[in-house]
Amino acid sequence: MTRHTEDDGDAGDANGANERSGGRDQGSGGGGCGDCGCGEPTPGVPEAGRDEQPSIFVPDEGEVPDAEAASAGDGDRDADRAATDGGVESASGGAESATGGTDSTELDPDAYDPVDVFPGGDLDLREGADSCYKCTSCDTSCPVAEVDDEFPGPKFQGPEQWRLKRKDDHDIDESITSCSNCMRCDDACPSSVPLSQMHNEARGQFVERQMEKLSVEYIRNRILANYRTSASLASMFPRTASFAMNFGPARWAMEKVMGIPKERDFPEFATETFREWWKARGGAQVENPDKRVAYFHGCYSNYNTPEVGKAMVRVYEHFGYEVMVPPQKCSGTPMFANGMLKDARRHAETNVENLVEAIGEGADVIASCTSCSMSLRQEYPELFDLHGIEDLAEHTFEALEYLRIHEDLEGELDAAGGLDDERAFAYHAPCHARNQGLSRQAVETFRDVDGVKMEDVGDSCSGISGTYGWKEEKYEKSMEIGEEMFEHMEDAEGEVGMTECPTCAMQMEHGTGYEIEHPLQLLEDTLGA
Amino acid sequence: MAITSDVLVVGGGLAAVTAAVSAAREGADVRLVSHKASTLRQASGLIDALGYVPATEPAKPLRDGPPTAGRELDPDEWPDPEGPLADPFEGIDRLPESHPYRIVGGDALRDGLDLFDDLAGDAYRGGHTERNALVPTFGGAVKPTARYPAAAEAGLASDDRPMLVVGFRSLTEYDARAFAGRLEAAGVPFDVAGAEVEFAEAFRADAKITRLAKALDHDEAIDGVPAREALAKAVSPHLHDVVDEDGGVDRVERVGFPAFLGDDRGDEVRAELADRLGADVFEIPMGPPSLPGLRLEDRLFDALDAEGVRFETGNPVVGVDSASDGRVEAVAVDRKGRTAPYGADAFVLATGGLVGKGLDSDREGAREPVFDLYVDQPDDRYEWFVDDAFGDQPYARFGVRPDERCRPTDADGAVQYENVFAAGGVVGGADAAREKSASGVSLATGIVAGRQAATEANQ
Repeated sequence: MTRHTEDDGDAGDANGANERSGGRDQGSGGGGCGDCGCGEPTPGVPEAGRDEQPSIFVPDEGEVPDAEAASAGDGDRDADRAATDGGVESASGGAESATGGTDSTELDPDAYDPVDVFPGGDLDLREGADSCYKCTSCDTSCPVAEVDDEFPGPKFQGPEQWRLKRKDDHDIDESITSCSNCMRCDDACPSSVPLSQMHNEARGQFVERQMEKLSVEYIRNRILANYRTSASLASMFPRTASFAMNFGPARWAMEKVMGIPKERDFPEFATETFREWWKARGGAQVENPDKRVAYFHGCYSNYNTPEVGKAMVRVYEHFGYEVMVPPQKCSGTPMFANGMLKDARRHAETNVENLVEAIGEGADVIASCTSCSMSLRQEYPELFDLHGIEDLAEHTFEALEYLRIHEDLEGELDAAGGLDDERAFAYHAPCHARNQGLSRQAVETFRDVDGVKMEDVGDSCSGISGTYGWKEEKYEKSMEIGEEMFEHMEDAEGEVGMTECPTCAMQMEHGTGYEIEHPLQLLEDTLGA
Repeated sequence: MAITSDVLVVGGGLAAVTAAVSAAREGADVRLVSHKASTLRQASGLIDALGYVPATEPAKPLRDGPPTAGRELDPDEWPDPEGPLADPFEGIDRLPESHPYRIVGGDALRDGLDLFDDLAGDAYRGGHTERNALVPTFGGAVKPTARYPAAAEAGLASDDRPMLVVGFRSLTEYDARAFAGRLEAAGVPFDVAGAEVEFAEAFRADAKITRLAKALDHDEAIDGVPAREALAKAVSPHLHDVVDEDGGVDRVERVGFPAFLGDDRGDEVRAELADRLGADVFEIPMGPPSLPGLRLEDRLFDALDAEGVRFETGNPVVGVDSASDGRVEAVAVDRKGRTAPYGADAFVLATGGLVGKGLDSDREGAREPVFDLYVDQPDDRYEWFVDDAFGDQPYARFGVRPDERCRPTDADGAVQYENVFAAGGVVGGADAAREKSASGVSLATGIVAGRQAATEANQ
């Protein structure tokens, strides 16, 4: 299969991307301190998951005819060549650069690093693989390796497999499909190896090249990954869908035919989606060109829990923000986890285009789901090279995080006086929140609010990891991983669960029978928004 | 700027936790920010203070000119270090003047160890004395250490009861028979035998230690037999493996395992095994991945929560956001591409040394990347090291140079920022690997930095 190193054939775009990535390399290699604005060169601290060379996934089937045309002149060699240089190579006149490993006579010692003369892969992750010193912290933090005797762990799936497949005759090991994409290994790695990026790439390749496209597993995974499609259909007849999807004989058939475990309850579909509510409401109630946010509600808040989206809008309007709700599709999280990178890229095109437009109008992008914000911030720029994708990553925040940075949240909550009737919550931090430094923010925000008691149920993984726990063959592992969380939830005083992640919420409800809320809902109540 | 606290601690290891807790106990509102999951996960779980006083002068004068690693000349030679020390405090005066212990004093080390005892509670032993304990580690070496996990207690080398050490073929980094042989060669006062048993073979060949620990925690069935029972059954044929000097056979009184005997329920697992085997059971601390380190991390981060310290991991502090009049007002935290200012009245830097990435280095030099503090180092790169790998390596002592309040100083000895304090591996002057002093330096500088930061913030 062919992968391209340029974006959609637009030379201007490609150059723009090169400039940006070049700048970032400098930052991590000991250059400036990035965006902090001080302008002083300070030595680089590795930035989580972002200090490696950028990488690019572009579908290979006729979706980018311009690029095909542009590279046709240079022959296949150009198209096959990997982006080993992180953007050092310029587009000047098609000259071979040092990093291409060719017989170029003018080697500029400042323009290449010795590792660059080796041929790279589709995504050049050599620097990341070389950073691994095999301390095995990733394996120790892996919730799947802890219960699954078939799973060799993130160190193998990441740097070791990446090295192995430098030789063409090595297939991707099938066990990559057992990785749940919780990304805990990223957080554990003391050396900033881009483990999840490696896993995403390997999984994408496995699905693309080695997976039988007519297999039940592929079709099942594709359906699970494209939850938005199913949900948008279901929400046309929400009550019927909620009933039919959980109808006993239908579930039995689904397990037998599709491998979807009958133990799980499908989430209920809202009778009015968030977007329907937003439209009926007449859109934003606050106009403020100085404080704008674009809300990325994601699929779940739209189709299943619109109360989360409504809470987001009311809380942000309470703080005087003008909320925009641009057109959007799936963030791609379930697609990454199932290796469906083409689907994810197609959705990303819509998201990037519309959200970048909102950013142009002065907005920052706010997500209420921590996996959505993770995807926009980290996986997008790691996997795709779309115009504006870096801007989107830099302007995206999680809802509570943004308020904590920009507003005096503690002061407001203090002034609001808390709740009259005491409520207790068992809070679980989603794995993807952990990687964004958000795992403690809910507990800390509500710690001093009168009438609210919130207990952190510990740092274990819920075990569902999006679509992972929705696969029959993974169901038991998923529940085994979640067991620790269930126990801690039972021990906690609160009888209501709380988390930012919709699928964690499903697992929490499934394991304990508790009702689960989002921190934004509690924030709405405590602020009286 | 909305994210503020009295004291902001940068880092997530032992020094950072110590500083955060000690500042909180002085009444400060404390926030701790760590780039990645705590490096305690990679630690052995042993808390050393000072095991050796290594020589700082070579056995014969170094040759003129740069060291010549790899060239055909006589390498330089260094005397063996003095030790193992029976009493860590007694050795402090013989350390170089620039050593952190000399700067903050032995009482800071005492206070740090006291704080640790308080936080670790009954999970740790050794607080009853100021003297070092001798704990066998998984290479078969005996390490002088101030505190050790309760799980390692029955394994002390000063104990004269006969010992069986258990190994597993699939745990390739650890060989029980070599371990036993090395202990005997070291002249330990007890008989010891090593045996490889069939147990971990039930798992995949490269099973993670967390997998084994989880199976024992939950007593999962291994081929139909509960894991703890299966492990005891595998070991029991070897309980008479120890042969004493006269060729007599003793029943062992204690059995050592690599440190994977459960995670959350380690005490329960050890007690059941001891009951089934009729012998005390202990764990041998290992290198990373380290369950004793993971357990210590859990305990210390629970303590942070209990002390009211706010903490977050996942985003790095990348530089100073604003500073004026010789004081830092805020640092910049990188949140996936955009930085946010974190303001505080005082800051503690506890990011670790060259290995922990609190110091950054390349061919040009070693730097401290967060506050750009002065790092004492020779200008000529060839003077960073000496030939003898076990010699007094200058790079091992790289780090910031603190004053007696743990404030980093510049090349002239002047304080760089009035409200920035440093603790742990980022502080230079100690050769922690040779001295066996890493934890003690973290505790001693951590408690001073935390208290001083709280004092600074309260003013």
